[in-house]
Amino acid sequence: MLQKIYDWIDDRIDITPIWRDIADHEVPEHVNPAHHFSAFVYCFGGLTFFVVVIQILSGMFLTMYYVPDIENAWQSVYYLQTEVAHGQIVRGMHHWGASVVIVMLLLHTLRVFFQGAYKKPRELNWVVGVLIFFVMLGLGFTGYLLPWDNKAYFATQVGLEIAEQVPFIGMQLKTLLAGDATIVGAQTLTRFFAIHVFFLPAALFALLAVHFILIRRQGISGPL
Amino acid sequence: MSDEKQQVSRRQFLNYTLTGVGGFMAAGLLISPIRMAVDPVLKDSSAGDLANVGLAVEDITSEPQRIDWSVNQVDGWYESEVNRSAWVYRNDDDEIVAFSPICKHLGCVVSWEGSEQHPNEYFCPCHDGRYYKDGTNVPGTPPLAPLDEYEQEVRDGMLFLGDARPRGEA
Ligand code: HEM
Ligand code: FES
Repeated sequence: MLQKIYDWIDDRIDITPIWRDIADHEVPEHVNPAHHFSAFVYCFGGLTFFVVVIQILSGMFLTMYYVPDIENAWQSVYYLQTEVAHGQIVRGMHHWGASVVIVMLLLHTLRVFFQGAYKKPRELNWVVGVLIFFVMLGLGFTGYLLPWDNKAYFATQVGLEIAEQVPFIGMQLKTLLAGDATIVGAQTLTRFFAIHVFFLPAALFALLAVHFILIRRQGISGPL
Repeated sequence: MSDEKQQVSRRQFLNYTLTGVGGFMAAGLLISPIRMAVDPVLKDSSAGDLANVGLAVEDITSEPQRIDWSVNQVDGWYESEVNRSAWVYRNDDDEIVAFSPICKHLGCVVSWEGSEQHPNEYFCPCHDGRYYKDGTNVPGTPPLAPLDEYEQEVRDGMLFLGDARPRGEA
């Protein structure tokens, strides 16, 4: 049945070359843990992506209940966590995943660093990777405010004051982030929400696309 | 290895394993989010309590009158007072009847004698839906069912109303 549907479509628009080009490529022996167990270090990049997928999926579902409004944000998180079946698990996925993704990213970066995989011709992809790291930190920072509890509020307060330390434009930068020069409140929450679920994920997708296209172009580095 | 014993090829085996493992991971990832998303469908709705609508039974006449009251509504994490209204009258059998004003066509609000051309009927302005005094929809007008009736009770001479139900289920 599935084969028939596939053939019907393929017959008309010839999709086989598309997915073959994406999926069908050889994995070099030196990155395959089945050959050398120590090659597991090559998995960290893929694991980072896997956790990003978890973040995106769980985040999309959390947004079904979450409201970015100072009157209701905490209530809605409390509701989804205590009254909605599996809400606690989905929030847990997003909460813990946010930390695990940074750990994975760090391990991946360490592998690339200590193997010297960032060297010519792959300098550009190192730069893209660093940008991904910043976007990820941004997601962590903006997401942290969303539950609108005390921890969230003061973490953001501190984060904004750090931004304020930037020479010359510090004040403006802080106001731009917080939506107000002095208050961490209604406008901060909506801003952080928009940045967390629209702007940074969009940037993340674009950077990941470039990251992966470059990997396919240049191949995986090594063996050492 | 003999050829005849080889029913599953290496490629097939890998395909099955990968599909299995991939499916397992996808299921593990998606099961909780999906359960959470469908939760509103699986939650049993709490039937509302009867509320005093502020109308003394002795004031109910054979002429439908509109009454408004408010009930406490719990909507997820949000609690509020919401307005309800009903058309209440005493029918020929001396029974109290309380109709929901929600049109059974597409949900607009009907009024008793809401149109001058149709006296002695409920009228819905959205698509000219009409109902007789006993709530039955006038054939040939858009509504396909009679007006819903509120669950009701009389306590200490006052009218109490609950949820609106389709006729015959109240
Ligand atoms: C790498 C990607 C992401 C990271 C690192 C991340 C990080 C975070 C963090 C740290 C929190 C606070 C959680 C808590 O304190 O319990 C959070 C909350 C939230 N995130 Fe994300 N997030 C990511 C992607 C997304 C995406 C793509 C969406 C939506 C499309 C999303 C929607 C939300 C929502 C609605 C909340 C508030 C609910 C809650 O606090 O549990 N996130 N995120
Ligand atoms: S909604 Fe009342 S007639 Fe259409």
